[in-house]
Amino acid sequence: MSALPSIRRLRQPSLARREALWGYVFLSPWIVGFLALTLIPMAATLVFTFTNIDLAQNEPVRFVGLDNYARLLADGDAWRSLLVTFKYAALSLPVGLIIPFGIALLINSRYIRGRAAFRVLFFLPYVVPFVAGVLIWEGMLNAESGWVNGFLHFIGIAHPPNWLNEPGVVYPALVTIGIWGIGAGIIINLAGLQGIPTELYDAANIDGAGWWKTLRHITLPLMSPVIFYTLILGMVEVLQYFLVPLVINNGTGDPGGSTLFFNLYLYKVFFTYQDMSYGATLAWLLFAITLAISLLLFWSARRWVYYAGER
Amino acid sequence: MRSFIITFFAIAIVAAFLSPLVRAATMSVKNSGQISQTKAPLYPADPETFIYHGHAYDVYNVPVDGATRELALVTKGRTESEFVDPAHPDAGLITWEGSWRTLEPVWVFAPQWGNFLEVWDLINYPRLLFNTIALATIGTIGTLLSCTLVAYAFARFRFPAKGFLFTLLIATIFLPAAVTLIPTYTIFYKLGWIGTWLPLLVPAFLANAYDVFLLRQYLLTIPHDLDEAAQIDGAGPFRILVSVVLPQAWPGIIAVGVFSFVYSWNDYFSPLIYLSTAPDLQPISVGLAAFHSIHYRSPALIQAGTLMTLVIPVLIFIVFQRFFTRGIVISGVEK
Repeated sequence: MSALPSIRRLRQPSLARREALWGYVFLSPWIVGFLALTLIPMAATLVFTFTNIDLAQNEPVRFVGLDNYARLLADGDAWRSLLVTFKYAALSLPVGLIIPFGIALLINSRYIRGRAAFRVLFFLPYVVPFVAGVLIWEGMLNAESGWVNGFLHFIGIAHPPNWLNEPGVVYPALVTIGIWGIGAGIIINLAGLQGIPTELYDAANIDGAGWWKTLRHITLPLMSPVIFYTLILGMVEVLQYFLVPLVINNGTGDPGGSTLFFNLYLYKVFFTYQDMSYGATLAWLLFAITLAISLLLFWSARRWVYYAGER
Repeated sequence: MRSFIITFFAIAIVAAFLSPLVRAATMSVKNSGQISQTKAPLYPADPETFIYHGHAYDVYNVPVDGATRELALVTKGRTESEFVDPAHPDAGLITWEGSWRTLEPVWVFAPQWGNFLEVWDLINYPRLLFNTIALATIGTIGTLLSCTLVAYAFARFRFPAKGFLFTLLIATIFLPAAVTLIPTYTIFYKLGWIGTWLPLLVPAFLANAYDVFLLRQYLLTIPHDLDEAAQIDGAGPFRILVSVVLPQAWPGIIAVGVFSFVYSWNDYFSPLIYLSTAPDLQPISVGLAAFHSIHYRSPALIQAGTLMTLVIPVLIFIVFQRFFTRGIVISGVEK
C-alpha cells in the first residue's frame, strides 16, 4: 500500500516522457523540413544580403557590408517594379475579395435552383493547370480572335482595346486571367455564409430590414473573419505575383515595362543573372514589406473583424 | 419568378466564367486557315469545295435573281466570274457579274482532330505525361506519408512546445516563398540536384502546413476509445496509427491525396527552375509553356495543348469533387 504512490510517481513522468518522445518522432519529418527548407534558408537569405555570393562564384565569397543595400537604394528598376506590383495589387486585391464573396452570395441565395451544380461549375476552373489556364485566357483576350472583344463588338463597341498589349488596360486583363483561381475563395465564403445562424436573418426580416441592411449589418460582420483570412492570403500572394506575365511574354515586362513585377525582377536577378546576394536582398525587402502589411492588417483587424466567441 | 431571375442570372455568369473552355475546345480543332478569316463561323469549319472535272473549287454564297445560291467558283474574274452549280454540274458554267471577292464562302463543319496528333508529336506528349504522372505520384506518396505522421503527432500526442510548434507550422503558410528560395536553390545546386527530380520530390516527404492541418482536423474528429483499447492490448503508437486511426481517416487521406496530386500536376514554377536544363525530365506544365513560346502563332495547336494538359486534373476533380470542396472548407474556414 505504501509502495504504490512512489511507483506511480516514478512511472507517471516516464509515461509522459515516452509520449512526448513519440510525439517528436512523428513530428520529425516536418521538423527536418522546417529547419532545412524554411528556417535555415530564411537566415541564409539574410546572411546572403551582406555577401557577394553568386552561383558561378568567380571571386571568393566575402562580406561586403551594406553594399547590396546601397545598390538597392539606387536601383530604379527595383522601385519601379515594386510600384508595378502595388498598382496591380490595388486592383487585384479588391476584385479577389468581392467577386468570390458575390458569387458565394448568389449560390447561397435561397431563391437559386441547382445550387450544388453551380458550386461544382464555379469551382471547376480552379483545378485547370496554371499554364493551361493562362494560355486559354490569353486566347480569350486576343485582340482579333478573342471572345472578349468579339462580345464587345457585338454590343456595339467599335474599337475594343488590345488587352494584353496596351499598358493602360493590361492590369484589368491580368486580373481577368486570375479569375479562374477564385474557386477556393468561393467555397470558403460559401461555407462562411452557411455558418451564419438563420435566426439572425429571421430576426432581421421581422424587423423589416431589407436586402442591403441585412448584408451590411448581419452578413458582413459575421463574414469578417473569412474576409480577413482571404485578405491576408491574397495580400501575401499578390505581392509575389509574376508567373502570368512570365508565361505570356517570357517575362519581358511588355507592354512598356508595365508587367515588370517586383518578383519578376527578383526572379531575373536570381535566375537569369544568378546574382544570389542581390536577389536575396530583394527577397528580404519583399519579406519585410509583406510582414509590415500583415502586422498592419492584424492591428486593424481588432476594429473590424468580429469573432463570435469573443466578448 | 424571383427564383427564375436569380437562377437565370447565375447561369449567365457561370456561362461567361466557363466560356474560355468552350473557346479553347472549338479553337483546338480549327485549321489555321479558318482562324485567320474574320468572317468564319465560331465552330470548326472548312470552306466547302466541289470537285468539277477533277479540280476542287471553293463554294460561295452567290446572290442570283434575288435568291442566294451555293455555287462553286471555277474561273475568277475581276468583274465577272464563272460558277458551276454543284447540284447540276451538267448544266455547265454560269456567268455571274460582280467581284467574287465580295462573296462569302460556304463553310462545312470540319473538326481537325489531327491538331491533337500534331501536338502529341511536337511536344512529345507521352514523355511529358510520364514525367508528370511520376512526379505527381511520388510527390503524393511523400506528402501522404509525412503529413499523416505529423498530423498524428499534433492530433494525438502531448509534448512540450506543441502549441508553439503548431503556430510555427501554420505561419509558414503566410511566408513568401521568395525569402527561402535563393538559399534553397543554392543548396540544391551545390548538392548537384539541379536537373534532377530530387528538389521537387524530397520536400514532399518533409510535410507541408496545409495538408498537415487538414489531416489533423480529420484525426481530431476520430474518438480516442479505440486507440485506448488498442493501447491496453499492447499496441505501440505506430501500430495504433496504422491499424486503428488510418482506417477511420480515409476521407481526409483521399482529400489530401487528390489535392496533392492535382497541385503537383499543375505546379509550374518549381519544375521550371529546377528542370530548365533537363527538358527530358520536365512535366507537362513546363512543356506546354515552352511549346507556347515557340508556337504562339498557331493558336489551334496551343489550345489543343492546353486541353491535353487539363484533361486529367479536371477528370480527377469530377470524380472526387466532394473531397475537394470539403478539404477546402476544413483548411480554409476552421483556421
